Amino acid sequence: MIITKPRDWTRILGNLDEVGAKRVFIMGCGQCASVAGTGDEKAILQAKAALEQSGREVTGWAIGEVACHLAAMRLETRKRHGEIESADAVLVLTCGSGVQTVADSVDKPVFPGLESVFLGNVIRHGVFEERCQMCGDCVLDLTAGICPVTTCPKGLLNGPCGGMWAGKCEVLTDRECTHVRIQRRLAEQGRTRVAEIPAKDFSKKLKPGSINMRAPKDEGEGKP
Amino acid sequence: MSRLKDTLARGEFVVTGEVAPPVGTDVAAMRRSAETLGPHCHALNVTDNQAATLHLASLGACRLVLEWGFEPVFQQTCRDRNRLALQSDLLAASALGITNVLLLTGDDPRWGDHPEAKAVFDIDSTQLVRAAAGLNAGRDMHGDELTGATDLFIGAAVFPEAEPWDIQLARAVQKVDAGVEFFQTQAIFDTDALERAVAALRPRGVKVIAGVILLRSVRTIDFINERVAGLMVPEAVRERVAGAADPKEEAVALAIEQVRAIRGIADGVHIMPLGLDGVVPRILAEAGLT
Ligand code: SF4
Ligand code: SF4
Repeated sequence: MIITKPRDWTRILGNLDEVGAKRVFIMGCGQCASVAGTGDEKAILQAKAALEQSGREVTGWAIGEVACHLAAMRLETRKRHGEIESADAVLVLTCGSGVQTVADSVDKPVFPGLESVFLGNVIRHGVFEERCQMCGDCVLDLTAGICPVTTCPKGLLNGPCGGMWAGKCEVLTDRECTHVRIQRRLAEQGRTRVAEIPAKDFSKKLKPGSINMRAPKDEGEGKP
Repeated sequence: MSRLKDTLARGEFVVTGEVAPPVGTDVAAMRRSAETLGPHCHALNVTDNQAATLHLASLGACRLVLEWGFEPVFQQTCRDRNRLALQSDLLAASALGITNVLLLTGDDPRWGDHPEAKAVFDIDSTQLVRAAAGLNAGRDMHGDELTGATDLFIGAAVFPEAEPWDIQLARAVQKVDAGVEFFQTQAIFDTDALERAVAALRPRGVKVIAGVILLRSVRTIDFINERVAGLMVPEAVRERVAGAADPKEEAVALAIEQVRAIRGIADGVHIMPLGLDGVVPRILAEAGLT
């Protein structure tokens, strides 16, 4: 899921001041930001109280079922048309993706209420760790299911680097070096490691990403 | 042309030193360092934004070292440049008469003086070695032909004391397969670890130059143990320096012993003086190297 965290509140108030927003509508998200507890009802009510304390009025709030879904967000904002129309700005407690669907769905100034930080695994309730950077050219087949791109702080495909000491990572010294883990797990599974993983093809992950599943498929791509 | 390469090829023991470019444009101190160490060394390593801290560019500093009459080893890390910049700097090195290169991963910027910087690590040091070998063969990483190949003597780092050794060795062998011709090691305290590294790597046709670091004080040792990646000064060494009447002299005595020991094991010694440039000639002389 997409991990979000609270954003500097003075910056948010500054944003609202810039457009002279006295009346604000708040949008949350029923997916990731709800699991993270940053864009659920509780978080929205907290933001509402803080806005009211700063002398602003909250015209209404909603939790988009999937805030990053453009068609669904258009529908959601249409349903709340009156409350949004009477607001001077919309504060969005979702990831940056959700903020943009809201910005594309309403005519009012829209501001991010959270920081979007990474694609995270839920380790346990409230504890998230980044395990994948969605590089578009997955090497987990070669690395025993441990991502070097993400979990090696330097993102090295071949390692360990010279900073590894006693199996520990140079950068995150309380963690085991990713490359030590990879090679140990490969050995445990009786697998031989590839001699050298070649340089990453960053053209596999050009910005902005775009996929159209409805377009005719390339030969040899996609289906098993 | 590389005197370092030729001397190693003849099977002679080599000495390399290390100079750090300034944080600024005043190269006077670096020149003094080069002129103190240079006459006693086959080549001088020039560090590349060491410890992820801003310094004058290694490539430019290498050219200065060359103009001052000494042979540089151009250290290049993967931290600050993508594959385009790395390759173009290697081409520039070759065109400027800089032949020896030491290709490294690089320390993470979050420990340096610009923690806000984006770490590049577009490629890793194995891949950089392969790229350099390709440039020597007249092709870039994309496979396109160059107008004029490089003539680089390709080095990389190995860490004989870093456990687990089997994983460390696998990485070193991987670098050899990618095109490494010589290794320089991190500072060595455990000669058994050095012996095992040399025994494993020499049969693969590569030379091993072992590191010696001058530990002028307990403060230096504590700083290294806390801040320098991939190096731990053993407690026994720390106690020896701490207990000495003259810690600096003790550091010199220790270095002499280490150089003597390395002489019997490796293909060369790499001295990192950490500011004690002036004592290096004496260390080499007393270890019987001049
Ligand atoms: S290699 Fe790592 S970052 Fe790339 S897709 Fe696989 S898990 Fe994600
Ligand atoms: S010690 Fe291992 S995990 Fe840490 S930066 Fe180096 S290679 Fe990556």
